[in-house]
Formats: sequence, C-alpha cells, structure tokens
Amino acid sequence: MSSALSLAGEVRAGARSARQVADEALAAVAADDDELRAFLTVLADEAHRQADEVDAAVAAGRDPGPLAGVPVALKDNLCTRGVPTSCGSRILEGWRPPYDATVVTALRAAGAVTVGKTNMDEFAMGSSTENSAFGPTRNPHHRGKVPGGSSGGSAAAVAAGFVPLALGSDTGGSIRQPAALCGVVGMKPTYGRVSRYGLVAFASSLDQIGPFATSVEDAALLFDVLAGHDPLDSTSLPSVPEPSLPGVHGGAEGVRVGVCRDLVDGCAPDVVARVHEAADALARAGAKVDEISVPEFRYGLSAYYLIAPAEASSNLARYDGVRYGLRVEAEDAAAMNTATRTAGFGAEVKRRIMLGTYALSAGYYDAYYAQAQRVRTLVMRAFDRAYETVDVLLGATAPTTAFDLGAKVDDPMAMYMNDVCTIPSNLAGHPAISVPFGTGGDGLPVGVQVLAPALGEATMFRVARVVEQHAPATAGVGS
Amino acid sequence: MTAPAGTTGWETVVGLEVHCELLTATKLFCGCKNAFGDEPNVNVCPVCVGLPGSLPVLNEHAVELAMRIGEALHCEIRPSTFARKNYFYPDQAKDYQISQYDLPLNAAGWLELPDGSRVGITRAHMEEDTGKLTHVGESGRIHSAVHALVDYNRSGVPLVEIVSEPDIRSAAQARAYATELRGILVATGASDGRMEEGSMRVDANVSVRPAGSTEFGTRCEVKNLNSLRSLVRAIEYEAARQVAVLEGGGTVEQETRHWDESAGRTESLRSKEEANDYRYFPEPDLVPLAPDAAWRQRVRAALGPMPADRRAALADALGGAPTDAEADQIRAVVDLGLDDLVTAALEAGAPVGLALARGANEVAAQADAAARLPAGSFAALLAMESGGQLSATQSKAVLGALLERGGGDPAALAEEMGFEALASDTLGAVLDEVIAANAGEWSRFCEGEDKLQGFFTGAVMKATKGKANGKEVAAELRRRRG
Repeated sequence: MSSALSLAGEVRAGARSARQVADEALAAVAADDDELRAFLTVLADEAHRQADEVDAAVAAGRDPGPLAGVPVALKDNLCTRGVPTSCGSRILEGWRPPYDATVVTALRAAGAVTVGKTNMDEFAMGSSTENSAFGPTRNPHHRGKVPGGSSGGSAAAVAAGFVPLALGSDTGGSIRQPAALCGVVGMKPTYGRVSRYGLVAFASSLDQIGPFATSVEDAALLFDVLAGHDPLDSTSLPSVPEPSLPGVHGGAEGVRVGVCRDLVDGCAPDVVARVHEAADALARAGAKVDEISVPEFRYGLSAYYLIAPAEASSNLARYDGVRYGLRVEAEDAAAMNTATRTAGFGAEVKRRIMLGTYALSAGYYDAYYAQAQRVRTLVMRAFDRAYETVDVLLGATAPTTAFDLGAKVDDPMAMYMNDVCTIPSNLAGHPAISVPFGTGGDGLPVGVQVLAPALGEATMFRVARVVEQHAPATAGVGS
Repeated sequence: MTAPAGTTGWETVVGLEVHCELLTATKLFCGCKNAFGDEPNVNVCPVCVGLPGSLPVLNEHAVELAMRIGEALHCEIRPSTFARKNYFYPDQAKDYQISQYDLPLNAAGWLELPDGSRVGITRAHMEEDTGKLTHVGESGRIHSAVHALVDYNRSGVPLVEIVSEPDIRSAAQARAYATELRGILVATGASDGRMEEGSMRVDANVSVRPAGSTEFGTRCEVKNLNSLRSLVRAIEYEAARQVAVLEGGGTVEQETRHWDESAGRTESLRSKEEANDYRYFPEPDLVPLAPDAAWRQRVRAALGPMPADRRAALADALGGAPTDAEADQIRAVVDLGLDDLVTAALEAGAPVGLALARGANEVAAQADAAARLPAGSFAALLAMESGGQLSATQSKAVLGALLERGGGDPAALAEEMGFEALASDTLGAVLDEVIAANAGEWSRFCEGEDKLQGFFTGAVMKATKGKANGKEVAAELRRRRG
C-alpha cells in the first residue's frame, strides 16, 4: 500500500481520484474485516461523499489539503456527528453524537476521508481489545493473537493495509502498545498538543489522541494536521508554529540517546535484544548513546492504576440512563441508574470504577489518590533529571510480542503489566513513539519506543526515523 | 405540632450559605444563554448536558463578577482551582458538579451589618448550577410521582456560594445579613438577588448553646428557605426545636433538615451517616485560576458604592445623625435601590425628610413600578407637597398615579384628579363649621384633651374631601385654642 504522503500527492496532482482510493480501502475492509474485526462501523457513503468533495476540489484547482483523499480510520471513542460512537460499550451502543471531535474536523479540513470507526477495549480500558463489548479484534500478523489495546482496531486496520492512517487515543500506552504488537508506527503527543474535545474521556489528565501510520514520516504528517491550540479544550497548549514533518529526515547525528534500563529490564529477551540493536543503529548513525537509569519509573504502574481509575470513576458517572445511551427501566431513578450501569458496563470497566471510587473515598483519598499524585510528581522530576543529560530516551514499547487471544483475560495484573513501559510518558504528559523494529523469536513484530520531553516531538520524530531506517527487514503481514 | 417553647437561657448560632446566580450573558463553561423562564431545554449544548467528549471552558466574565463579590466582601482573592463534586442525581448532567473545594477564589472576608455588627465570610467560591427537576404525578410530590422531567437550561449557570462564619446570633440578624448581602450582590452587578426566582438561595446552619458558653452545639443545616420570612421563621423554629430536645435531655443529631413553609416546621431530610461522600478531586479538564494583581486592581477600581456607602450618603444629606425612624427609612430606600430617586429629588430641592418618607413608604410599597418612575416627576411632586400646593393625602394619591403610569407631570395629574390647594380663608370657614357642629368636643379640646386634635383634623379632611393640608389644620387648631 502507498504511504499517506504519496497518496495525498497523487490525489492533489490529479493522478489518482480520491474516490478510487476510498473504494480500494472499502474493498479491502469488505474482503477481510469479517475475520479481523478492526472496524465497528464502516462509513462507505460518508467516505464516498468526502472523496467526491476532494475530487471536486482538485478538479476546480483548489488544494484539498495535506491529507487529500487519504483514507483514515477513527477509534470509536472519537465523536462523529450522526455516526455511532460506542467506545466499545453496550452502554453507548447506537449513540450518535450531535457534534464532531476537533480532530475529526481537522482531518476533514485536511482533505482526509474517514472510512470508519474502529474497535477498542471498552472505554479504552484494556491492552488487548478483548474488553470490547462487540468482540475482539485479531492481530493481522497472526490471527490467533491479540492486536494489543486499547486502540487495537486502529492498529490492526493500518497493519492489515486497510488504511494508511488511523487515530487512536493513548492514556497509558493505548496507541503505542498496539502499534508495537501490530508492527506499525504509533505515537502519543505531548499532553495538550492535540485537542481532546470530542474524545470520550477515560482519564482526562492522561488521555491524548495520536496517529497510527505505516511510517514515521506518515505519523509526522498526520500529527501536524492534528496538533494545534483549540479554544474548546482548556488544557490545550498554544500552537507550536514549526511542523514536525519537514525535519523528519534530519538524522540523529549528535543527538544524546539514553537507553533506559528501567524501560528494558524485565522485558522478554528477544524484545531486549531488539532495543539494544536499535541503540547500536543509532550510535552508528552518529547519536551519542548511553545507558541511563530512571528507577522512579517502576512506581509508575501503581500510580497510574490509581489516578486513571479515579478519574474514570468520575468521567463514567454520566452514563446513568437519563439522557442518552442504554436505559434499563426500574422503579425509581436510583434503581434505574444501577440497573443501567450493571447491564451496560463490562467487567473491566466496573473493576476500574470501583477501584477509582475507592481511591477517592473519604478516609482513603490521602493514602491512594493523593499518594499516587505525589508519585506522579516524582516521575516527572525523574524525567527532568534524565533530560539534563540526554535528549531522548530509548526503551521497549511492550514487554512481549503479541500474546494469544484469551491468554490474559482472567488475569488483570498480567494484562496491566503490558503498559509498564508506556505509562511514564502519560504520567509526565510527554510525547513518545513506537517504531516497528524486527520481530521476536515467534516471528511477531517488536516495537522500540523513543521518548522525548514535553514539546520534543521534532527530535523524537527524527530519532524514530533513524530507528525505522535501520529496522531489520520483516516478512510483512501474514496469517 | 406547634412550635416548641422559647429559647430563654440559650444562644442561637447561625452560619449562612448563600448561592447566587451570576448575571452573565452565557453559562459558566459553555456559550449557552444564561436566562430564566425560557422554554425547557432550549439553552443547552453538548457541554451543559454533559455529552460524552465535551469539555468545559471557563467564562471570564463569571470570574470577573465573582471577583467583584469577593472585593465587596473584603475577601482575599487567591489563586484557586476547580474540583469535581461527585454524586448521582438526574438534574446533574455529568453526575458531578464542577465547583471549588480546597482552594476557593475568595476567602477570609467580612460583611458589616447596618447595626455595626460584623459577620465573617469564610469563602465565596464559584460553581455551576444543576438542571431543574420536576416530578410529575397526581400530587406533585416526589413520593407519588409517576415520572420526572429535567430542564437543563439552568445546568451550568454560574453560581457563587458565599459561606459565612457562624457569627450570626439571631434570626433577625440572619435576616439583616441576607438583606445586606443581597444589596451588595445587586450593587456589584453580579446578581439580581431574587430569592423568589431562585437567583439567590439561602441555607442556614443552626445550632444552640447555653448562654455564655463558648463551645458550639451540634448544627443542623436547614434547606428550602425561599424568602426572608422563611429564613426568619425557620431559624426561630429550628433553634426552639433544638432547645426543646436539649432541655428534654436529648441530643441534637447533625443532619440536613427541610423547611416546610406551610406547616411552619423543619423535617429531617438526611442524617450525617446518610450524607454523600462527594469524592472531591481536582477537575482535570480545567487549569488553575489565578487572577493577576492587575486584574484584581481593575475589578476593585470599577466597584461602585456599596449599600453602606449609600446609606451614609443619605445620612449626610440629612445633616445630623439620623433618628431610628430615619435610619429605618434610609435602610428601606437603599435596600430597594430607591436612593438614586431620592437623591435626585434632594438635588431638585425637596426636603430630605419628605423625600425619605415618601421613598421608604409609598414608593417602596411599589418597588417594581418605582424602577420606571422618572426622578423628575418624583421631585416635582415633592416640591408641590412641600410648597403647600398639595396636602399629604393628595400628594400620596398623585404619587400612586405616577407610579401606575410610570411617570408624568404631577401638576397636570393633580388637576385631573380635582386636587387644588385650599385657600387659608376657606380653611377658616370650614373650621368654623366643624367647631360649631362639635361644640362639646371643642371645649374638651380647649381644656387639654389633645387626642381630639385627630378628631378635628379628620372632620376637616372629610369636609374638604382631603384637600386641606394636615399641617395647616393642626397649626390653625392650636392657634384657635390659644
């Protein structure tokens, strides 16, 4: 499949029609998604209409934008006007938002064609997409394996070649971990660089929307379209005037890279080996590579699993059966709330709501939520200290390659451990990217993670591009 | 059940929590119209009905109005944050309320009452209002409701909650506090202070303790106080109830109680054990609010005169220290915002006593209509009355007509109503007739039975159909008695 950059170039030049590109994407989905189940909703009519607008613009001599005619898949927690947005949950099944998320508006303005909404762990809680109320997504590289999560549908849609680009959301690794498991590029921006308006909240202080792509270059292209200040999101940062794409090929010469032991140790040996190969490749490319330790990262997971559920317990309170979504009738309002939430939420969501409610309760707040916030501050300071001596950190994205469907569904702690390398960046609000780098002993993709300080996307992309250039050749998507 | 007996030997301790809706054009966190009385659910958007994915954006004008309140209450304006107060209720769009918790915008202020007493202000923080729930059923009561309707027009309307220290010692002082606070809210332009429309809502924390004790008793929070009258009655009832409990050897349970206006009593709503655990935590969708010194200075500089300043200005116009009656009149005039009217009349040369009296009584009785009364009409009327062209009775009648018509020329109105000044020789003739017809009363009056002055004045008024000037009648009666 062509890259998004070349596709957009061809469409803008009139060499290919957006309609034809959209049809190819829709045909690929129709041919294979019954088994993969990357999509919850396919938007053929919408895609045709948008593609025709792009073609009309090209015919009229107007520039349809940097993503002209590029098919894009949207995680199903991004609000799309008039289009079902379920978050992978029964409680929002069939809900059609009356408005578009800011990123969706930005995509359309850039000429992208949105072809569908992708599967996800319910309310983005999970690391395998098995927590979707509508069934799991399969990993395109091995259909008996999970695609990772929670943005597993978006990762799989890109890995399967359905679309060159997709959007996910990353609260504790939900873009990067499935990107690693599916062998694609996945990136979480600096907190506040991409508007959260219209992203159905899981944990507001950690959530960020970011791109999936088949290359670092395409990820930067999409990131540039998404990033920018949004007055509708109070936590949105001022726009950074310099785009990331032009500098992507700048190389790693002189960049100080810290191979972070705490993001490597404890991972599977084949994953550890790949990270060190990537470090060696960077050194050969002129980067100054050192080992570094940030021991505070080991507390990140515990802090995250208090802060994220605490915020989620509040964010998910609104699904009460009163205004929208599922309602299970009962004798009075309180009983209706309980019946609706009991029927509408899955086990993992209930587990986290209970965890979070407990962590915020009078008498426990200081020991749990407040303590977790102190740890969060500690992790931020540890990052600051590390970035006094290095420009970026290098580590694994996920501890293992893709695991079997069903292997961890009954063991929440084992599932939570998937996020151990990705969580620190969410706690600090920093950008990070996962780049495919060869395979593990099982032949499945391995992801290497490049972490950068706040607003460090440009350097992060440059280093990621060098890693990508030196990645071992892989067989591609098989079955 | 009748109200329990008195509270002799006990001291009542009250702290008030006042919620006031801010007079902004739009809501606290979205661009929807902030209006009262519209069709249900027309002023709503994804943010104020809490749709998934929506996010709050703070209304700068609401912050400005909240800061005005803080300044007027001598609060420290501090760096503050917003928090989520979590509880399930159908009128709560997100099932949490965005409020301020441990770091309120305004804190540590005070309010001085007209009698000179001071009530501490603990805090005055910002928060959003809820929607409005209407239970629909045969009786209109929650228990027998068939279903409920929710109107989210009010959801997200900006509120400031003003929490007083427990410095209030009587129902009357609570009333004075609420009245003074209302005047301040109106004077700052932050609120219209209408209790009956719910734009100002008062909850009272009431406890009692033996007179002379310095420890606080267990308090009960009394809700549903929809008027100043309710506030006074509820505090008096609740204090007496607690005294009766304590004198009967019982203990007061900390609880929330509901004031039943028609039954004239408070009823238990929920106990401390049943109280919600609101699980407050910092609102991650908003950034900290820390108005800088320049903004605070601008707000302070733009603040107009407060009710206390305006009372002082009227007292100055009187020339000397006001009598109690005059102080009451000044208070009434300022509370109802009639001081501009009165001041305009004074500037036009009206006697200050007369302007205050008419302002505090006849105009105050129709305060809504008074808003439309041109100061010029009022001043011209007072000039006619003080110049003897109209009697007090006639003047009041013309004033009523002016209020009803929203202004006009008082001289033309007086003529239209058939009022004209009685010539003094006419008064003499009328008085001759009245004395002749009541010779017995006249001789008793001449012997010193002063209360008969009213009898003769009334008889003259009746004979002249109110055209006589009461003061002139009194002077003539005294002159003739010698």
